[in-house]
Amino acid sequence: MYKNIKGQKVSKRFHYSVDQVIDMPFNWAQMTRLFGYLKPYQKKLLPLSILMVIITTTVRLIIPILIGVYTLDKAIGNKDTKLLTLLVCIIGFLYIISYTANIFRIRWMNELGQGVIYDIRKHLFTHVQSLSHRFFDQRSAGSILVRIMNDINSLQELFTNGVINSLMDTLLLMGIFAVLFSLSPSLTLAVMIILPIMFFISTSLRRNIRRSWQTVRLKQSKLNSHLNESIQGIRVTQSFTQEKENMSFFEGVNYENFESWRVASQKNAVFRPLVEVTNAVGTSVLIWYGAHLIQNETITIGVFVSFAFYLGMFWEPISRLGQVYNQLLMGMASSERIFEFLDEKPIVSEGEKATDIGEIRGEIIFKNVSFSYDENRTALNAINFEIKAGQTAALVGHTGSGKSTIANLISRFYDTTSGEVIIDHHNIKDISLKSLRQQISVVLQDTFIFSGTIIENIRFGRPDATDEEVMEAAKSVGAHKFIEKLPNGYHTEVEERGNILSVGERQLLSFARALLANPRILILDEATASIDTETEMQIQHALKTLLNDRTAIIIAHRLSTIRDAEQIIVLEHGEILERGSHSQLMEQNGYYYRLVKAQFNMLNAG
Amino acid sequence: METFKKLKPYYWPYKKYFFYSIAFLLLVTAITVVYPMILQVTIDEVVLKGKYHWIPYLTIGFILVMSVKGVATYINQYSGDLFGINSVYKMRNALYEKLQYLPFKYYDNAKTGDLMSRLTADVEGFRFFLSFGFSELLRFLILIVISVAVMFYYSVPLTVVTLITLPFLALVVYKFDRAVHPAFRGIRESFGKLNTKVQESISGINTVKSLSKESFEISRFNDSNGDYKENYLFTSKIWAKYFPLMELLGNISVILLLAYGGSLVMNGSLKPGELVAFYSLVWYIIWPIVNLGFVINQFSQAKASGERLIEVLEAESDSGENPALNNYERLKGDVEFKNVWLCYDEDSKDALQDISFKAIPGKVIGLIGSTGSGKTSLTQLMTKFYDPSSGEVLIDGKSVTHYSLGTLRKNVGFVLQESFLFSTTIKENISYGRPEATMEQVIDAAKRAQAHEFILELPNGYETILGERGMGLSGGQKQRIAIARAICIDPSILILDDATSAVDMETEVNIQKALKEVMQGRTTFIIAHRISSLKHADEILVLENGRIVERGKHEELIDNNGPYHRIYDIQFKDQKTVLTSNNR
Repeated sequence: MYKNIKGQKVSKRFHYSVDQVIDMPFNWAQMTRLFGYLKPYQKKLLPLSILMVIITTTVRLIIPILIGVYTLDKAIGNKDTKLLTLLVCIIGFLYIISYTANIFRIRWMNELGQGVIYDIRKHLFTHVQSLSHRFFDQRSAGSILVRIMNDINSLQELFTNGVINSLMDTLLLMGIFAVLFSLSPSLTLAVMIILPIMFFISTSLRRNIRRSWQTVRLKQSKLNSHLNESIQGIRVTQSFTQEKENMSFFEGVNYENFESWRVASQKNAVFRPLVEVTNAVGTSVLIWYGAHLIQNETITIGVFVSFAFYLGMFWEPISRLGQVYNQLLMGMASSERIFEFLDEKPIVSEGEKATDIGEIRGEIIFKNVSFSYDENRTALNAINFEIKAGQTAALVGHTGSGKSTIANLISRFYDTTSGEVIIDHHNIKDISLKSLRQQISVVLQDTFIFSGTIIENIRFGRPDATDEEVMEAAKSVGAHKFIEKLPNGYHTEVEERGNILSVGERQLLSFARALLANPRILILDEATASIDTETEMQIQHALKTLLNDRTAIIIAHRLSTIRDAEQIIVLEHGEILERGSHSQLMEQNGYYYRLVKAQFNMLNAG
Repeated sequence: METFKKLKPYYWPYKKYFFYSIAFLLLVTAITVVYPMILQVTIDEVVLKGKYHWIPYLTIGFILVMSVKGVATYINQYSGDLFGINSVYKMRNALYEKLQYLPFKYYDNAKTGDLMSRLTADVEGFRFFLSFGFSELLRFLILIVISVAVMFYYSVPLTVVTLITLPFLALVVYKFDRAVHPAFRGIRESFGKLNTKVQESISGINTVKSLSKESFEISRFNDSNGDYKENYLFTSKIWAKYFPLMELLGNISVILLLAYGGSLVMNGSLKPGELVAFYSLVWYIIWPIVNLGFVINQFSQAKASGERLIEVLEAESDSGENPALNNYERLKGDVEFKNVWLCYDEDSKDALQDISFKAIPGKVIGLIGSTGSGKTSLTQLMTKFYDPSSGEVLIDGKSVTHYSLGTLRKNVGFVLQESFLFSTTIKENISYGRPEATMEQVIDAAKRAQAHEFILELPNGYETILGERGMGLSGGQKQRIAIARAICIDPSILILDDATSAVDMETEVNIQKALKEVMQGRTTFIIAHRISSLKHADEILVLENGRIVERGKHEELIDNNGPYHRIYDIQFKDQKTVLTSNNR
């Protein structure tokens, strides 16, 4: 329970999970694996980028000596105009080299970084696509999305700048050390007293600050989750006049967010002053001890000035190294989440002997098939049936009786626990997944519409279909009429949750999709959702076209579909109760008969 | 400036932070220029003139000054932040409040994504500007002015020679900004597309797998992935083109400084320390100029963000709720429509035309008709989600305009077509409209909606958390919770808008039986496509294109041989065929 400014309690009205590991301890094995993605670039981009970094770093190291020791002391001090001209030319030349090297450094480092990010993302996405249904059952779409997008993006900075810059910075620091030491060992040691402070600021303090920013992000995402939900649920809120109650909740969340921001920016504001004061201490030491050394004539003014320049250069590499270290720790957390997905094996895997079977006839046999989703939940128990090629079978039964499981086993979204599923005399485990699924289309109850045009959505069933073929399919299922009425016809843009289309219209689209794919086996999960009677008729009509000349398995709700099926399989608790045609089953006077009777009575008499 | 004026109520109350920030900014900037000057004094006065006894004062003074600067920097930054986050806190509350009360009409045309981007990105952009944008701009100007002044003080000709590259630098910065912002937008857009692509193929994974289109999806993904990479590389090429160039121009200034400044030192018109100080001061001028484009861009973005926020804040609020009507009364539920017409906006045709009917407490009214025939619109007039364009809606004999929104909406229980549930526990969801409801009342409502049994089967029963990260429920289960939510407020009028479409018939019958009991002496409206859902209604209104084309009891309508009969025929053909085959 939190209190907001006015002291009101923020109720636990809504719950938003706050997960996300902040960072992870350093892990060598994981880092090696992560840096393995650099391999394709180790021949060209990586060494070239490093070379450019070395060039620019060297130039940065040389210039202060050239200016301090040579220009100030030797040239200006001795009033040597010639030497001054020469030095100016050399410095100019070095600047031009550094300019050129920088152009290529920026380009190549970005190419390298983006290349790696592209590869990781492609690898992960391709892998996720190959994973089985069970993987997707266990996770929300949002959590998978976060890994493919955000977690990989958080590696972007590490690979683009982090890795190579840290090299450059280490080089730079060592270079500065070497140069300073060669100029004046005692002054170097004196100035170095600020180094530990700087390292402390750059690692410890920065980590502390970063943690508070992470808290800010978490609060922010909670705030955004609530905003998003409150907009989507606004009609409910207004119907139940909960505006005021929601506001007090929001004020609480908003205040939490405010408070986390305040804490973070307070910590953050300490950072720069501390760095500057530390630098000032360093400069003071330099002036005090340096002037003393000049007085002793141990060093020249030029050396003193070079020291001043180098001292100013210290902070940058140290700060950046601290940053890279932080990136690396965050990268550990992200990469662990990425690798967790990459290590996930598809449960349904292709056997070594799996073959392409080409066009099938579509005969399906279940032989003693049992299946359970987990140990204590048996979904199917020793099921036996046979569907002849071209036949339609209707699966009837309550929710959880095993209808969908049978459908899932045929397309091999899951593997049987025991028993065999045989298609055209092949055990489906011996058929390559691709060739199997090419022959099977599943029309789901809840049809997913991809954002894009209508024509693209239908074409999803067969990406190489021509416009004419798409329209032909749409006409055959009776979708053409409503599509034509849309503002841009087939080229109307629809969105994922596109409200342009009614449930029934989506259903027709998915029929067109399936028809275009022209599968030998069709699995159909009939919708029960609200469809007005006109559309309902069209769907029934379309169904006839769709079923024509294919093997079909229908999870049926409409009595007419059930009645027309050549075979009706009545399921309960994962077992087959009855099997036969409509008239056979009605004559049996068994479960099916009672089911039909009951429904009929409900409709008519009630 | 209009934008900033309009938003003044949100940031001006915190003006003290702003003034603190600015005051200390001046101090910080002034001190920044001290560093090169100290360097100059050390070289010229202490070393060259041998005034070594100055050193202790110089160094201690330096540390003191820098500590003051440190404190000033802290205050400057922190109060700048406070200015921004306080204003944003206030603004977010105002925006949220606004959103809570905007009418349905507003949401009919609004997209969640668009609103969200205003509430997040635009608010953030505005905050950034309040916290940094303005003071950063000021800082740059002051820094440049003071630096130039000091340089002039040291040597006018050297200043002129050194800064001769500035116009070129300004030009490069300008060109860079022109090129880089569209490129950044390109990155954002391609990232957005990539995000959508991935999201879709994950959400639609069942569809993808059922048509075995994984490789097709992968190739579409690769296009987007490659596109993002290309956009990024395009931008980095702009960086690669301009950034080294800016640095080079700065370095040319340094070279000019060395060449000309060196010769000035040699002929004695410039002190060596001053030359060294110049070296630092030059960068105080160059870096602000390089960054100026960024700040100016911030300014124009903040302005655009501000405008988008004002659009939300100034959107027309609820249809003139009379403030005098904040009382609450219990309604009996007597509903009458008198020649009601409804038109959503001028361009579209009338959603309702000349609707008249009467519903007395205890009665059930059924509404049937195809999608878009006006069923939902009709019910939403009772709670004033919309106002009729003509005609009158009366409840308990008084026009709805005479009731407060609170009275209407607390007496009318709505089960909307899309059963939206919130990310919270089932209990909280059911008691959403009546947070003070006891557990018994919640369970009672759930039982009547036939939801109690399946809720108990869930891992945490009534404490199970729903929503995106919580348990997924089936469509029928969601609908039943939505029904329980409506029953829980103990409404006088209950509206079920296609509320049982995903529930199987057996359960639906049970729900209806339970409702019959609850709704004794109250009014119920049922919208449905299935005749079985509303055949027991006391009156059925058949709607077509916003008109009532037929009305009466089920049996009467069957005999009428009109549109209702046609729907009946289609739906019951199934049953008849079953029956005949049964008789065979």
